[in-house]
Amino acid sequence: MTQKTGLLQWIDERFPWTSTIEAHLTRYYAPKNLNFWYFFGSLALLVFVIQIVTGIFLAMNYKPDGTLNAAGVPVAFASVEYIMREVPGGWFIRYMHSTGASAFFIVVYLHMFRGLLYGSYRKPRELIWIIGVLIFLCLMAEAFMGYLLPWGQMSYWGAQVIINLVSAIPVVGPDLAVFVRGDYVISDATLNRFFALHVVAIPLVLLMLIAAHIIALHEVGSNNPDGIEIKKKKDASGKPLDGIPFHPYYTVKDMVGVAGFFIIFFAIVFFAPEFGGYFLEANNFIPADPLKTPPHIAPVWYFTPFYSILRAVTYPLFGIDAKFWGVVAMFAAVLIIAFLPWLDRSPVKSIRYKGPIYKVALTLFVIAFLVLGYLGMLEPTPLRTLVAQICSVIYFAFFLLMPWYSKIDPCQPEPERVTWK
Amino acid sequence: MAQWLNWLKRWAISLWMVPVLAWGAGPAVPIDKAPVTNDPVRLQHGAKLFVNYCLNCHAASMMRYNKLMELGLSEEQIKENLLFTGEKVGDLMTIAMRPTDAKKWFGATPPDLTLIARQKETLSYSGADWLYTYLRTFYRDESRPTGWNNVVFENVGMPHVLWELQGIQAAEITTDNHGSKHVRLTLVQPGLMSPVEYDRAVADLVSFLQWMGEPVAEKRKTIGIWVMLYLAVFFILTYLLKKAYWKDVH
Repeated sequence: MTQKTGLLQWIDERFPWTSTIEAHLTRYYAPKNLNFWYFFGSLALLVFVIQIVTGIFLAMNYKPDGTLNAAGVPVAFASVEYIMREVPGGWFIRYMHSTGASAFFIVVYLHMFRGLLYGSYRKPRELIWIIGVLIFLCLMAEAFMGYLLPWGQMSYWGAQVIINLVSAIPVVGPDLAVFVRGDYVISDATLNRFFALHVVAIPLVLLMLIAAHIIALHEVGSNNPDGIEIKKKKDASGKPLDGIPFHPYYTVKDMVGVAGFFIIFFAIVFFAPEFGGYFLEANNFIPADPLKTPPHIAPVWYFTPFYSILRAVTYPLFGIDAKFWGVVAMFAAVLIIAFLPWLDRSPVKSIRYKGPIYKVALTLFVIAFLVLGYLGMLEPTPLRTLVAQICSVIYFAFFLLMPWYSKIDPCQPEPERVTWK
Repeated sequence: MAQWLNWLKRWAISLWMVPVLAWGAGPAVPIDKAPVTNDPVRLQHGAKLFVNYCLNCHAASMMRYNKLMELGLSEEQIKENLLFTGEKVGDLMTIAMRPTDAKKWFGATPPDLTLIARQKETLSYSGADWLYTYLRTFYRDESRPTGWNNVVFENVGMPHVLWELQGIQAAEITTDNHGSKHVRLTLVQPGLMSPVEYDRAVADLVSFLQWMGEPVAEKRKTIGIWVMLYLAVFFILTYLLKKAYWKDVH
């Protein structure tokens, strides 16, 4: 403990300020060999903050109103355009928020991939991983509801397609869909409740889950690219031999990551905010029209792998519509990730010491995921559906066969200490 | 290990490119590249054409007249040249026709044009390209209620409002051995403008429509360059800071 004086001492006698800073920053020991893939956790937090701050300013000017103004344009749609044109700096806030949505998923997908590379989900980090999957689910809900708010054609019809899936649930489905929408179609009632959920309810849950994610992480300590526990080798004072204080070492290192991320992020915000129609779709510049169904409705890119899995299910089972089983498969595809800690039976955590089977399995999994994402943007054809079915099988096989292949995979011995430089 | 990751990276990058290739196939009709301009004088001309020819049936209800001052027009110039029916310079570019009436009269409500250039954008051509082609490929077709048809927007509800300027085109439609349609347009009655002048006028109009879709676009890119320069310096500084701090990590 450092010598405390004046105000700091006054606070510490009433609030665990110094001890919290020490526990989470200055005396939180992180492995010194964390590499490139470890930037994405702090970057995800950064994007979360960007979304909250830009979201607050958007909410000051946005109007969740589906009725038409005198010129026949929905008020909600027009309010987004007024933000773009008449609110000083509004375009910048809006583009940061729309780019931030896609950036959030890019960063989180890379963050999750890091977990797959180095076995970050293995004991004792199971709970961190499960909380992470819950964050991912919340993030999907947050993005889905936020996407309705600009009230463009894709907002409207994308929500229509996805909420209609609810009606595929046997017996209660149709009533449940009405309950979710608050109406028989997507309407002003839907827009208002989605606004409330998007700006208050889900961000609150996300905030709590993110706090839990970090608290759980700091309880057990970070994994590292070697997948070995640095807490097993400590010096006389109880400090891990391969650990360095998070602050200042990782705060300054993460700043490099932030700078690199900002270069890409702001290049998109300033030079290509639509990102070729992937981040802001041309169809969403057309106001929502409940009477005009667009010829091709596709979700935004970050949902397309799961949307593809949904569409790949084309067989009815037990007398229930294939659409229902598609929904089941889609949710299963997300939830199965939470079971990884118990599916992986490998004696080692990191891909560095895992055998060729896992390397092939992970490569196939990544390819299947990307192909599913690509197919989800296109209209289905028999061939595309077949490819999506094959990729869906690969996706699930990666998880379901893991108890078997991770056990027989010839592994190399883990090192005693982390490999460094 | 490193090799394997490199391989994976290459795979990811190539897959990311696939949609671009697959969506490269555009519409059946070739879309001309619009010679979009940033010249304020030509954009002002485009604004004038827009107000005179478009803003009777189409609104631009998310656009204010005084925003045109960003194109170098003064408030007086806007009042004198572009306001005809007692609007105020701070008003939105709305029209008197009600959307419900328009639907009754034309079969479809003429869309609001504020964002038309952004709406028509695809991966293979810009919204301006589409508009530039569209406004130059109207032809006479007596089978249509308006007497006009269009090559890129077949059976369009809109008549050729610029016909006075362009003149009248006739279409010769042929079907080739592969079953795809080809349209050849010929000018059968000249308009007030020569074809070259007309193309240039349409380019002005389309440039204005693109500007109106996102008036801040040019300023955004200019600011972006400074942001990039700043971030490049910031990146170098953070990197040097990191290196200095990490010197004692062994």
